[in-house]
Amino acid sequence: MWRVGIVVALHDETATARTITLDVSDWPGHVAGQHVDVRLTASDGYSAVRSYSIASAANTERRVELTVERLPDGEVSPYLTQEIAVGDRLELRGPIGGWFVWRTRQTEPIQLVAGGSGIVPLMAMIRARALAGSTAPFRLLYSVREPEAVFYREELQALSDHAGSVNLTCAYTRVAPKDWPRPPSRIDAALIANTTWPSNLVPTCYVCGPTSFVESVAGFLSSSGNSPDKIRTERFGPTGDRK
Amino acid sequence: MNSHSNDYDYLDGNAAAGELSDIFTMDVTAARGECAHCGAIKRFAEAHVYMQAPGLVARCAVCEHVLLRFVKARQRAFLDLRGLTCLILDTSQLVESGR
Repeated sequence: MWRVGIVVALHDETATARTITLDVSDWPGHVAGQHVDVRLTASDGYSAVRSYSIASAANTERRVELTVERLPDGEVSPYLTQEIAVGDRLELRGPIGGWFVWRTRQTEPIQLVAGGSGIVPLMAMIRARALAGSTAPFRLLYSVREPEAVFYREELQALSDHAGSVNLTCAYTRVAPKDWPRPPSRIDAALIANTTWPSNLVPTCYVCGPTSFVESVAGFLSSSGNSPDKIRTERFGPTGDRK
Repeated sequence: MNSHSNDYDYLDGNAAAGELSDIFTMDVTAARGECAHCGAIKRFAEAHVYMQAPGLVARCAVCEHVLLRFVKARQRAFLDLRGLTCLILDTSQLVESGR
């Protein structure tokens, strides 16, 4: 079933990523971690469908925020990040998914691991936690190319710098800030062991990113003692023009 | 391991859920499916999904055998479930109204 969302706000997160706020009059509400399919139809009838994670927590205004990263040879993301304007209409299917979700009734430790734009559904979880006043212990390990590529930078900082908040670790893969303790590199077994919840606390882990990222991180989490049953994954890749 | 496992040209069951929502009224990503080939019981979200084809193909994350194929063409939808012995869906979400 396709719904119509009207673009009510646009916000650039980085040089290549944009958050689109949609007003969806018949939106049934959603759970953090869910995604939508977006359908664009050209005047000749050709249509393309892509999946994008919802960045916002459920709210009473029937607003839905998507953060879209522009892929250089993408079919849909260049339009969504460069051409779309306030007042435009988008066709949406969803909310979709009941597995890669965090519900506010969950009280166990939560380990989030994001690769690049894989931060989007995890941000929805962090926002849902804050909105609900949940005290579930959250940790986020965020792998990102460089400081300028961090999504939601100020909000993440604000949500992570007081007691009882989200513990945030950034892992830079190409360029790190000056005096950063760890040289730019991919997430490895040592970083997982040093910055994620000890497996004896039995955290639920959510890993989102490109397929190769998800496979390696899920492997490290499993090697450090987390049961595969507690590791939930969501993969995206160029094949799906995802996010 | 066969070649599919190392190519990273797959997504997962989450990516197929929108298309399958045309057929299934309940969420399929949290459903448990039993692989007809190796007997593994996994969440459908964990299946490896290939979307480069005209339709979509879901393969078992353990043995890579085909679980499901879904193609839409000329006003018809073709759903092949030969690789799934059983699909166990969570009916509690009917009460939760999709939330």
